[in-house]
Amino acid sequence: MAGRVALVTGGSRGIGRAIAERLAADGCRVAVNYHTRRDAADEVVAGIRSRGGEAIAVGGDVGDVEAVAAMFAAIETALGPVEILVNNAGITADDLLLRMKPEAWEAVIRTNLDSAYLCTRAAVRGMLKAKWGRVISITSVAGISGNPGQANYAAAKAGLIGLTKSVAKEVGSRGITVNAVAPGFVATDMTEALGDSVREAALPAIALGRFGTPPEIAAAVGYLASDDAAYVTGHVLVVDGGLSF
Amino acid sequence: MDRATVEAKMTDLLVDELGLDRGKITMGAKFEEDLEVDSLGVVELLMALEDTFGVSIPDEEAESITTVGQAVDVVMEKLAG
Repeated sequence: MAGRVALVTGGSRGIGRAIAERLAADGCRVAVNYHTRRDAADEVVAGIRSRGGEAIAVGGDVGDVEAVAAMFAAIETALGPVEILVNNAGITADDLLLRMKPEAWEAVIRTNLDSAYLCTRAAVRGMLKAKWGRVISITSVAGISGNPGQANYAAAKAGLIGLTKSVAKEVGSRGITVNAVAPGFVATDMTEALGDSVREAALPAIALGRFGTPPEIAAAVGYLASDDAAYVTGHVLVVDGGLSF
Repeated sequence: MDRATVEAKMTDLLVDELGLDRGKITMGAKFEEDLEVDSLGVVELLMALEDTFGVSIPDEEAESITTVGQAVDVVMEKLAG
């Protein structure tokens, strides 16, 4: 993957950060997108550079049409057209359905699903010209099995799977693969917010008896982005320690 | 740019970008039916036209293009400004 241009949305923290670091270690030139945490994105970029890699931080709300267009233009100027897109940006706004406000529904669908539609559309244009590309979306076991309190998040994550499979069929003949990675419980700020009791209660359901780490998710992304995965498309790779099988 | 030049460049693009047989390309040929270009191929062609001629073809207009000649018409129209 030496020299390939990769964009990781929501790359400043958690799983996105580990993906940016992994792709950089694999030789990609990485654009680390952030929305609000410029300082965190700069830190990721500095870390990658200190290890001899190439990276830039690019700000932008990936749920916004114009911000996405501006971000892709900035990346193309700095690094070249995006060849590997990782749709990772995501938020949660958990609540039981009956208490879920429309704002919580819309915000989660926008950041987790609209963003992937907008970024994939922008990236595929360049990939078609190159006749090579990788689109990898970070979905969730919640999008496959559902999760109480996460109707909005699970709907968005299930939507990513439908997007992945449809686009895989549209662009497969042009050398572009489109896949998804579905993590289970991973130790990040997002799961830290669940509280100790919720996290303890989740453990018995996980065959491996522990939460995953961000680098373990990033390894799956690294594989799907590589030439080794050239014949894998439309696939949802579950990386959940045996939570959902 | 005159029409003959646009037609010649269009033919080159169809051969180079979409791998079509030069002998089959006529201005009346329909992309999907006569030239067996799939719908994504038409989109790719329009992207290539935009790059080659420096024009912008809005999606609404792109949808009405079904023949090679119609694509030439749209490019001519855009070049005329």
